[in-house]
Amino acid sequence: MSDYIIEFKNFGFKYRAQAEPTLYNIDLKIKKGEKILIAGPSGCGKSTLAGLMNGLIPFSYKGEMTGSLLINGKESREMSIFDISHIVGTVLQDSDAQFVGMTVAEDLAFALENDCVSLNEMKERVKEVANILDLGTLKKHAPGELSGGQKQRVSVGGVMVSDVDLFLFDEPLANLDPKTGKQAIELIDDLQKKTGAAVVIIEHRLEDVLYRPVDRVILLNEGRIVSDTTPDELLSSKNLEMCGVREPLYLSALKYAGVTIDPSMHPASLSDLVLSAQDKDKVRLFYSQVQNIKDPSVKEEMLEVKDISFTYEKAEKRTLNDISVLVKKGEMLAIVGTNGAGKSTFSKVICGMEKEDGGEIFFLGQNFADLSIKERAEHVGYVMQNPNQMISKVLIFDEVAMGLRLRGVPEEEIKERVEKALKICGLYKMRNWPISALSYGQKKRVTICSILVLEPEMMILDEPTAGQDYRNYTAIMEFLKVLNERGITIVMITHDMHLMLEYADRSIVFSNGEIIADKSCAEVLTDKETVERASLKETSLYHLALKCGVQDGTAFVQNFIDYERGNVRRNV
Amino acid sequence: MYNIFNYIEKRSPIHDLTGATKLLCLLLWSLAAMTTYDTRLLAVLSVFALVLFPIGKIKAKDVSFMIGFTVVFLVLNTVLVYLFSPHHGTEVYGTCTYLWGLSGHFAPTAEQLFYQLNYILKYFATIPFVLLFVCTTNPSEFAASLNRIGVSYSVSYSVALALRYIPDIQKQYHEISQASQARGVELSKKASLINRLRSASSILIPLILSSMDRIDVISNAMQLRCFGKNKKRTWYMARDFKPLDYISIIVCLLLFVTSLVLTHLNGSRFYNPFI
Repeated sequence: MSDYIIEFKNFGFKYRAQAEPTLYNIDLKIKKGEKILIAGPSGCGKSTLAGLMNGLIPFSYKGEMTGSLLINGKESREMSIFDISHIVGTVLQDSDAQFVGMTVAEDLAFALENDCVSLNEMKERVKEVANILDLGTLKKHAPGELSGGQKQRVSVGGVMVSDVDLFLFDEPLANLDPKTGKQAIELIDDLQKKTGAAVVIIEHRLEDVLYRPVDRVILLNEGRIVSDTTPDELLSSKNLEMCGVREPLYLSALKYAGVTIDPSMHPASLSDLVLSAQDKDKVRLFYSQVQNIKDPSVKEEMLEVKDISFTYEKAEKRTLNDISVLVKKGEMLAIVGTNGAGKSTFSKVICGMEKEDGGEIFFLGQNFADLSIKERAEHVGYVMQNPNQMISKVLIFDEVAMGLRLRGVPEEEIKERVEKALKICGLYKMRNWPISALSYGQKKRVTICSILVLEPEMMILDEPTAGQDYRNYTAIMEFLKVLNERGITIVMITHDMHLMLEYADRSIVFSNGEIIADKSCAEVLTDKETVERASLKETSLYHLALKCGVQDGTAFVQNFIDYERGNVRRNV
Repeated sequence: MYNIFNYIEKRSPIHDLTGATKLLCLLLWSLAAMTTYDTRLLAVLSVFALVLFPIGKIKAKDVSFMIGFTVVFLVLNTVLVYLFSPHHGTEVYGTCTYLWGLSGHFAPTAEQLFYQLNYILKYFATIPFVLLFVCTTNPSEFAASLNRIGVSYSVSYSVALALRYIPDIQKQYHEISQASQARGVELSKKASLINRLRSASSILIPLILSSMDRIDVISNAMQLRCFGKNKKRTWYMARDFKPLDYISIIVCLLLFVTSLVLTHLNGSRFYNPFI
């Protein structure tokens, strides 16, 4: 028996359908009990690496392998996916989609059923795992009745029943709100301590994962391992920046203040971070020197929502309860809150997709009640989270032209308007491409473009950057910012606190169908009570401010945002 | 959101039967109803099936969509049978009794009306039972029971998964249709039928594409948890037969035997009151 669970030796991999290899010269060893983070931008090969560890490659996805990969000392090529699944347990990204059983108990039992474990033994084991994960009372519940955090615990339980030696988490934070994400990281940490198994987390959100310590971070870029070292070493190097992975915000702030980061300061965790008196002075100096950006112009009112309430059919509770909101022309604002708080329903009511029970909506003074869903779309465009849910044509041009064609606009005018929209979105050169050839981020752009072509004054986007790496995130958000500067009001529904801080002027916080806060993002993310009720997470900048003796943490956060907007973002 | 039809979780004696029992009963019951055209047995089956609904705590509104669908189909079918072969009844029963002094090709005969009454009764004897089965059988138990009667478990499980995803797909359809309506796709009654059909395709394509993504994820998730490893698998939801299971199967078996005996006694599948 080898000491290592996973051992890549000079390993390379090329997918059958691709010309270039996805992975080159990988050397990586993972010992029992280790906790490892694999980070890197989209397309760096981290999912491929995961697929190799759990056997989906080559079982489901074929390709050519070079070098050697040992799993528990055996060459993986000679093992079946089933052999591997008893050693490596995988928790996939979308815990909703991987729910196989009808109820929690069945889902936990799934692997046991397939291993022909007898009924009595199975019930015993399910009970045991359910108790460890605190799911005992939920065993008979269906997946739809669970919260995001509970679903994740079930996914973990589903692999835990098989007594695996290594847990592999594929982007565990992708679909969770900040607070649940924090709990997920705690859960993973506890799991490792309780079972003594190795843990591999694949994630590009470094700051959130580092909330609990990890032993090593493997940084991948373009199919190669760039670095394999402790988090402290990695955060003190320039590698993250080079690969386009975002560093923790508090480190950005320190760097803006002119503090040099080195491993002895323990930069991996804000609570362990050692700052000298000089460093703290630098931070305070930075804070006092930032020029706040003040926008003195008085803006015209655009959307006025008065006392809207809404209840879904068959539901007992109101989904929206007396909601009043005022949106001004040219604003860029964020709507935040837990899943089910009413954010999406609110946008649907505005767009006319659901009919409010009471209240009024005015758009530029006009009563929206008189307009149909189609007519409202010419004023307020709605972009769904998943671009695949909106795309119905083969070619980009046709997809963007669809809305105009359905409105009977003459073909000549269509051509002109579509081309203009494509140019704004940077898609003009690809106008005759099939959409299937595009990346996720580009598809997102196509869906935004197909709404933009209708020339709405306002756009509502549901999770515009969900599941995107830093590079794509920046590309999409900068694009939205350009649209905003062209005069389009942008409303974003999001869980992403970086997005809020960096791009939204204001945030409206929903909780249980009510608005619990409507103020600047710096104020929201430093207010303990709001953060708690809306399942957000206080920004690390705030804690950095306290640590450095800055009295007004909120103002520090605001200054950081203004500094970034004024000096950094412009150059991206 | 309306629900076409699906498993409804309740506590009732019918829910308590094992999936295998219910499947076996469904098969026997359908065979009984299919074999015979005997009015008496069909009437008994129809009444019996309706009585089972309150026992299973399933209300008419739970299955209203399917009832509506069946009624439309039934009316259409009855009318068409009459139009295409108005004398089928006389051929079957061997006599020809014109009613109300009318005569001619389309004139009603007592035999034809009786034949069509039996035809309608057949619907009433089978459809409610099928609806009841679907509403009271948990999809995973259904899979387990299919497997128990010899269907391979991968097929059984796909059937169960398909049943389980019906509500999800309905929800997705709803969301996609809202978004496409905003872009100008007209689905309301304002548009002509042809335009509405054309519009439906602009919803179906994204629906299919996003469902394909999900299928990919779920099949990976299943393989990663050993689905397909062995020839057999065990079932967490498997339950032992209770007395009521045996009683139900025996009752359904008796109904099937009755149907065979009646066919034998009548000399054909039809009960003939005309001679």
